[in-house]
Amino acid sequence: MNLTSANTSTSNSKTVADIETFHGSSLELQNLTMAYGDIEVLRNVSLSVAPGTTTCIIGPSGSGKSTLLRGVNRLHEPKSGDVLLAGESALQVRPDTLRRRIGMVFQHFNLFPDHTALENVALALWSVKGMPKAEAMERARRRLAEVGLAERADHRPRDLSGGQQQRVAIARALAMEPEVMLFDEATSALDPELVKGVLNLMAGLGRRGMTMLVVTHEMGFARKVADQVVFMDEGEVVEAGTPAELFDNPRSERLQRFLSEVL
Amino acid sequence: MDWLNIIGRTFFDFEAMLEVLPQLLGVGLLNTLIISVAATILGVVLGMVVAVMGISRSRWLRIPARIYTDLFRGLPAILTILLIGQGFARFSQSIFGPSPYPLGIIALSLIASAYIGEIFRAGILSVDKGQGEACRALGMSYAKSMALVVVPQGVRRVLPALVNQFIAIVKDSSLVYFLGLLVSERELFRVGQDAAVLSGNLSPLVMAGIFYLVITVPLTHLVNFFDNRFRTGRRRPTPPMSGLKEVTELDAASPLTTGSNT
Repeated sequence: MNLTSANTSTSNSKTVADIETFHGSSLELQNLTMAYGDIEVLRNVSLSVAPGTTTCIIGPSGSGKSTLLRGVNRLHEPKSGDVLLAGESALQVRPDTLRRRIGMVFQHFNLFPDHTALENVALALWSVKGMPKAEAMERARRRLAEVGLAERADHRPRDLSGGQQQRVAIARALAMEPEVMLFDEATSALDPELVKGVLNLMAGLGRRGMTMLVVTHEMGFARKVADQVVFMDEGEVVEAGTPAELFDNPRSERLQRFLSEVL
Repeated sequence: MDWLNIIGRTFFDFEAMLEVLPQLLGVGLLNTLIISVAATILGVVLGMVVAVMGISRSRWLRIPARIYTDLFRGLPAILTILLIGQGFARFSQSIFGPSPYPLGIIALSLIASAYIGEIFRAGILSVDKGQGEACRALGMSYAKSMALVVVPQGVRRVLPALVNQFIAIVKDSSLVYFLGLLVSERELFRVGQDAAVLSGNLSPLVMAGIFYLVITVPLTHLVNFFDNRFRTGRRRPTPPMSGLKEVTELDAASPLTTGSNT
């Protein structure tokens, strides 16, 4: 891994190839139904994400996008249906084991305020993966460098900007070497100027082979980066397809309406 | 002027005060502090157990914690101290010997743990849910996420309330005298009271009261200090800065973050 060479060359495929690639797994949702109490907030959602591809989920608030993500790593247990990670049912293994293989990034970062950026990234490495602390710190330092925060390693979250905090959160999830990354409106709480940096970082992960499920309101990102776009409304998938299909030729009236409002 | 004189002699007889001073310092203060600190330490440990049980998802842990808390918070301290101090006297004799002193500490710590448990519980519950979720999303077990992330944050928040509880324990430690302490085991109140009875003058008790104030008043101010500090944080004000700084920093930083998508 050569980080210094990147300082001179801004963007070309060679630097991307220089750094470690990921081995994303496939992800499949089969008739996933989720409920809060008696209220079904997600109904019969089926979705297939090929290894190393990016799927963006768009749709209005309350359409079940976040709930879907939380069903994938079982922060909220699905009511029925199945989630297949690399072809095997995610509902048959222990949640803790499953979550080690799935990284998640939250809208409000959820960094640990009493830990430095470095400790935020290192915590799960030693406490979950059982890595010796020195090694965990070393790995955390590398991950922070990858997201451009080597010099901020000893800052606490409150001394970092929103964009920096979100990049720490991404580094924290990546450090666990997940097979799939979930992004829950990762840029919705950021300064407008800082959104791009985080989106670029996410796009970089996609290029390096990470499987990503991204809930977002950034239509530009969905159009450019996604291999698949899913439009959800009222707990159901209304339309799914390539960005070109959805953005240029929306078939359903609901999506046409949505796009005319947001674009 | 006559009644002023009487008040002066009853409450502020300096000779009587000076006479009792060595005993208050050497015996009373020492024992009050030992009883209070020991009861607080035990109370904090027990209180943490009660708090963690109280927020458990299992009702078989939650319900006993609830009953325990209701019981020891709902009873007058003096009643609990007498019931435990005398009720378990024979039991205690075989372990600690004839002195009721350890039982007094235990009774106080049981009462304290009910309050401290509630303080911890409130503190832990006030931690943003996202903290626990972030831990779980990283694959941490419930126990680990509690121990490493949620509980430490919750505890830090309630330090002021804990100091208040310590103050309450210091005052309640005076009740232990009901169990009948040996001369060398007497705490501030008992030393003051004995001297007051002997001299027929309340000044030694006033002196004991002053000792309590010397312990408690600085602590109340320490609470305020804590409170301000934890509320506002240690954050230093920073000068206004441009968001562009971070944008350029990011552009230069890393191969992962460069390239465009928009």
